[in-house]
Parts: sequence; structure tokens; C-alpha cells
Amino acid sequence: MSSSEQYDAIVVGSGAGGGMATWRLAQAGLRVALVEAGPWYDPADDSQRTQFRYPWESPRRGASTRLRPFGDFNACIGGWELDGEPFTTAPGTDFMWWRARMLGGRTNHWGRISLRFGPLDFKRSDVDGLGDNWPIGYEDVKPYYDQVDKLIGVFGTNEGLPNDPDGYFLPPPKPRLHELYYIRGARKAGVPVYPSRLSILTKRINNDRGICVYCRQCSRACALHADFSSSTVLIYPAVATGRVDVFTNTMVRKVDTGADGRATGVSCIDRGNRRELRINGRSVVLAASACGSARILLNSISARYSSGLGNSSGHVGRYLHDSTGASRAAFLPELMDRDIYNEDGVGGMHVYTPWWLEGANLDFARGYHLEIGGGMGMPSYGFGFAANQYNEFLGQRVGGYGNGLRDDVRRFYGSRLSIACRGESVPQFGNFCELDPDVVDEWGIPVLRFNYRWTDQEINQARHMQETMEELLEAAGGVLLGGKPGPERQYGLTQPGEIIHEVGTTRMGDDPATSVTNRYGQLHDADNVFVADAGTFVSQADKNPTWTILSLAWRTSDYIIEQMRQRNL
Amino acid sequence: MNMNRRETLKSLLLAPLAAGAAATAGCASGARVSWTELPREYSYGRTEAEQQRDRELFAESWFSEHELVTIAVLCDIILPSDHANGGALDAGLPDFVEFIVKDRENLKLPVRGGIAWLDSFAVNEFGADFINIDEPQRLAICDRIAWIDAEDPVLQPGIAFFSLMRDLTLTGYYTTEQGLRDLGYQGNVANIWDGVPAEVLARHGLQYEPEWLDKCVDQSRRDIIASWDDDMNLTS
Repeated sequence: MSSSEQYDAIVVGSGAGGGMATWRLAQAGLRVALVEAGPWYDPADDSQRTQFRYPWESPRRGASTRLRPFGDFNACIGGWELDGEPFTTAPGTDFMWWRARMLGGRTNHWGRISLRFGPLDFKRSDVDGLGDNWPIGYEDVKPYYDQVDKLIGVFGTNEGLPNDPDGYFLPPPKPRLHELYYIRGARKAGVPVYPSRLSILTKRINNDRGICVYCRQCSRACALHADFSSSTVLIYPAVATGRVDVFTNTMVRKVDTGADGRATGVSCIDRGNRRELRINGRSVVLAASACGSARILLNSISARYSSGLGNSSGHVGRYLHDSTGASRAAFLPELMDRDIYNEDGVGGMHVYTPWWLEGANLDFARGYHLEIGGGMGMPSYGFGFAANQYNEFLGQRVGGYGNGLRDDVRRFYGSRLSIACRGESVPQFGNFCELDPDVVDEWGIPVLRFNYRWTDQEINQARHMQETMEELLEAAGGVLLGGKPGPERQYGLTQPGEIIHEVGTTRMGDDPATSVTNRYGQLHDADNVFVADAGTFVSQADKNPTWTILSLAWRTSDYIIEQMRQRNL
Repeated sequence: MNMNRRETLKSLLLAPLAAGAAATAGCASGARVSWTELPREYSYGRTEAEQQRDRELFAESWFSEHELVTIAVLCDIILPSDHANGGALDAGLPDFVEFIVKDRENLKLPVRGGIAWLDSFAVNEFGADFINIDEPQRLAICDRIAWIDAEDPVLQPGIAFFSLMRDLTLTGYYTTEQGLRDLGYQGNVANIWDGVPAEVLARHGLQYEPEWLDKCVDQSRRDIIASWDDDMNLTS
């Protein structure tokens, strides 16, 4: 089957990048085909809603499953393993790959942490001599960050920090009690702390979306559309223009190219009936996730492109990198026997610490930020485990049975404070994904094989994270929980891919020999094929990638619109 | 006998037995136990694959009746029903434990093996399976395995099992309506967060920094559409 229509643009993937491209291109009057491998999704549809459900509405009380690894009230349909869609890793290397299969992709469950990259983040090679600079700088992206702030909404504060730029912020919510303890500890330790920056509407932004009602459940996707996910904020308005056809449950195999080497459309499979489908278009925008888009390009093999489309440099899949991560928790005796009130707040931290040691003499390059956790959350599976383990710190026995356990549960409810660090790794040519020549998925599409190892930079950074977390948790009055991971566990460093910030596989650059796209996300090798996901990132910063994906996707879309106006496309 | 397993179980457990009656079908007079049956139909935004998985789990019989009764007796000991907010059996804990153990592969062996260890220990100590000894005897065993600081290596498997059963019982209880009431949980409702209550701040000797508070949302203006000047200052 072949689409009768020749679309102006085919957008592959409906997450942050694909949603933005679809919205912007449709708004500019283009006819757009949006191709998504999973189903249509709307958290306001009661048959898909998980928000405002009590734990007993699930027979497993929100426990994780292979189908919902972050708990079965989590909004994201997908996970670390997908039935029928394997990937492989090269011996001696690690990679975890989270894939969403739903409208809106991974924007349905992310932490809504929305941080602009700063001026230094685009020019890290100038700072530390490692890796490469981006071909563009903060000043190129700033106008798009500004527009994204106003269109989508993000709360935060203007602090005038040199590498954590100000923005058009909504006002932040007040800190919760455990966060006040963190602030007090951070002040004592001389570490800065600021209101966090999350794309959650603390104030009305337009008449289409609701305002936050502080249920702490952004990870379940908001039926009021008061947080950002690509589907609720970008795709529904795009579809409302009447210029977008959405192909759900449709997997793209490859980009088809003509004799002139330019794209003519995409070949897909309808997952519902296993029928082949061809969609024709004047341009193709890949936004299937950094690794997903690299996989499509590598599979787009033709006589002209024997190693895959856009891969004349051999760089497709190269420089794959993820954020670093480590975490630690403490018991705060001052938070025992708490007054119990509703302190759900927003679905994430109200306060955070951005990287504060720029320029310090450290044994690793690049920084990390601190995310703060705690509070009196809604019980779900796992609540009550080791209910009175903190008795150990009070000189009392741990264990027992009977109604006394009820007092233990209440005594320690909400007495935990945790910190998670997210840092920047140094991109490596030798960390990459490629096609596994021996394995196909159930659709017959060759799968990715990952090759990824951390370097000493990341391992040393994780050691520093552990020192920082201990210092801050103790300064906040906490008793540290668990052991401090040492070198045998790479200081608690998360596995590559685990933070779900995969970037870099189709990096942008001015030199076609060392990059896949130009500074607008346009393939050097085929001028009507673009990448609008985090594949184009030259380096990832210690910031969460979504706000930059959105801004660059908008910028790429404007470029496409302009090139079409000039009849270059 | 044409009854399905659930009905059999219920009627066995609910059947009034004369005091001192001989144990039948693995159920002694002292082990009479009944509990609130949990629903087997759920609807909370499931995909077809998830619905299929849950249907299979509910259809699967994995525990023997003896094991289920043992689980129920243990749940009842851990969180008894003589409380205003109800106990484990009122909250349907045996049904929850049965489901979650079937759902989570890594729980199966510890629970099955733990029950077998407990029975073996009870036979050695008192001459019968755990559910077929009397209540003081059962509690005597629990007293020896309920505390994690017991230093007798022979008891370690029992301590690990009892800890697991305590975890499952508490997590199962505190994720029910009775459990949230017992805890006093106030959340999961639409509301407008406007900071820690003043009396709580006072009790903790904490206060908001005035400069910080100045930056925070004015909830009385939340419904006014946001606008900014060119210097990134919110003007609404």
C-alpha cells in the first residue's frame, strides 16, 4: 500500500522533537504525516488514565512490570525491553535503552525538568579540550528557548547565573518541608540551591490547558494537560489545524531515496495488520529518538548509500552518550512523627542545585546537578518494606509483628531525604550503536547493537557525586542510608543509557567528514532529510535534554519552512 | 464436588468446626481464617497486553490451599484485625499476596520455600505444621523469627521469610483504603499547594527565606494568563 498523498513533510516519531516539528510545520501551512510506532494516547481519556487513581485500583498496587518498568500507574507505554523488538550489546559493554511506543513518546513520563543549555555547554571543547564544540552557540538557540518557554510553560526563577540562563518563567511553587531541610543543609555546606525549573503550569498559559492541581503525578501524564507532554501540548493543536495525518501503530523501516539521492518517502509496517505501507513526501524529519533515528538511517541502504543514508562520514551511531547518574538517601530524625497533611506538590522537586563548581580544579571534566527527593507521597507497592529499619538508629529493635507496626509506619512516614545527581559525560567516537548483522526484530528490521563504556572522567565524577551527596545529606541533618559505593561499583555510577538521555548519534557539524547533519539538523548527504531529536547533540551538558530538543526542532522546522519558501526543497 | 477453587477455599475456611475437631483437609480448628475477597476485575488505563497478563495471573493457581491458609494466618499475626482501621484479613491481604507472588517471579521461591521451612520448624518443635499447632505455639515461633537481630544461624531462613511476609503484609495493607486511613494520608486530590502550614514550620523551627518566598507563585493570580515584559519579568 502507498499513501495517495505526497506530504510536504513526514515526521517520524511523536516525542518532543517530532511533536514540535509537527506542530510548527502544520502551523506554517504544510501538510504533515506524523508516524508513530505506538497507539494514540490521551491521559484525559478515562480508558487510558492512570492519574488520580488510588493504589488499590491496581491489583499489584503500582508495582513495576516488564510492561511498565516505572510502576504500573506510570504513563509510559514501553520500557527497557519490548516484546519482539530486541537489541544487543557488544561483549564487555553495557547499554540500557528505554523505548516508548505511544503518542507523545517519552514525554509522557519524564521528570519535566526543563533546563536550557548555557553558553559554555555549546563550547565545552574550548573549556576543557575534550571532544568537540557545537557548530552553534547559545545565542543561536536562545530565541527558540524563549519561544518554547512562552508556548509550553516552565516554572523557575531568573537568577542571573552564567551557565544556567534566565528564561520566561512561570512562578515556582513553595518548597515542601523536606526541601526546607535540604535548603538549610545546602546553605550550611555553602552549596547554592534554587527553585527548580519544570514544565508544569503553576499559572494559566492559555485557555486550552489546565493549571496544576498539585497531585505530584506528572509521571502518570496529566488529564488536565497542565504539564508538558508532546501529545497534549503540541500534537493535538497540530492535528486541529486539519493539516496533519497521524499514522499510529506504524513502524518506519527506512527512508526511501530516489536516483538523485534525495528522500521520496518512508517504508513502514502497520503493526496492527503486519501490512507494508509506503508514505510519500517531499521531506522527511526523523525524530524517533537518537538511537531510533540512527537505526532508521543505517537501515536505509541503497546502491548509492551502501552504509546507510547520511552515513558517508561513518558517523551515524557514533558519539552516543547518556547522562551520568548516582543517588543516595538519608533518614532525617527531625522528620519523624510528622504532622500529616497534603504535601504532594508538583510531580517533581521544588528545589534543585545546578552545577556550582565551574572552573574548579577537579579530577574530572564537566559538571552535574542535584535533584532533591522526599516527602509524604502516596503509598504504592514497596511502601512499608523494612518499615522500622530506622529503629536501628534509635537503639531499638528492628522487626516484630502486631499493631505496634502501625506506629512504626506512621513514625517514619516522610522521614527520608534523597539526592540524585545527573551529570555530563564526555562523548566518545568509540561509544556507538550499529546494526547487528545477525538479528532482526519481529518486523524483520535489523536491530541495534550497542558498544558503550564509561571512561575515567565519568567514574571520577561519580566519586565526587558521592562525596557531595554525603556532605549535603549530613548537613541537612540526615543519617546516611546504605553503604557508600566504592570503585568496585564505579561509585554507584548508573549504566550507560539508564538516565534515558541518549544523544549524539547523528551529531551536527560544519564538516561533513566528522558530522552527520549541518547546524540545522539537515543531513549533509541528502538535503530533504532532517533530524529533529537529540541525535544532533554534539554534547549533552549536565542538563536534561528536552528543552534543547524542543528548541532545536523548532529551529529546524523554521529552516525547512524557509527552504521550501525559497524552493530549495 | 463441583465447586471452583475459591468457593471451596471459602467454604472450608468458613465452615464452623467444633472445638477440638480433627484436622481435615489441612485445616485445623485453630486455623479457621477468612478474609475479604478482593476484586478480580480492574480498569485503570491498561493496554491489551497488560489486560491479557492480568487475566492470566488471575486464572493461574500457583499456591496450594495449605500455602494460602498459612499466608493468611501469618498476615493476621503481622497485622491483626483487633483495630479500628481493620487488619490484614479485612484488607484482603491473602488475595493480594497470592497475586503479587504470581506476578513477581522473584517472590515465588522465597515464599514457597519459606512456608516449607516454617512447617518443618513447627513439626520439629511442636509436632505439626504451622497452621495445625495452636496459637500460643505459633506465636512462640514468631517471637523467635520476627526480629532481624536474632543471632541463631539456624533461624536465618525463617527470619528472612518472616521479614518478607511482614513487607508484603504492610505494603498490601497500606495500599488499601483502610491502610491510607490508618496512615492518615491526605493526598491524591486536586488542591492548591501554598507552602508548609505555619504551625508545622514553627514546630520544626524553620521559616521560608523572604527572598525565596517573593519568587513563588501567588496562588490568587494563578488563573490569570501569563505574560512577560521583554526583560523576562512576569507581568501578570
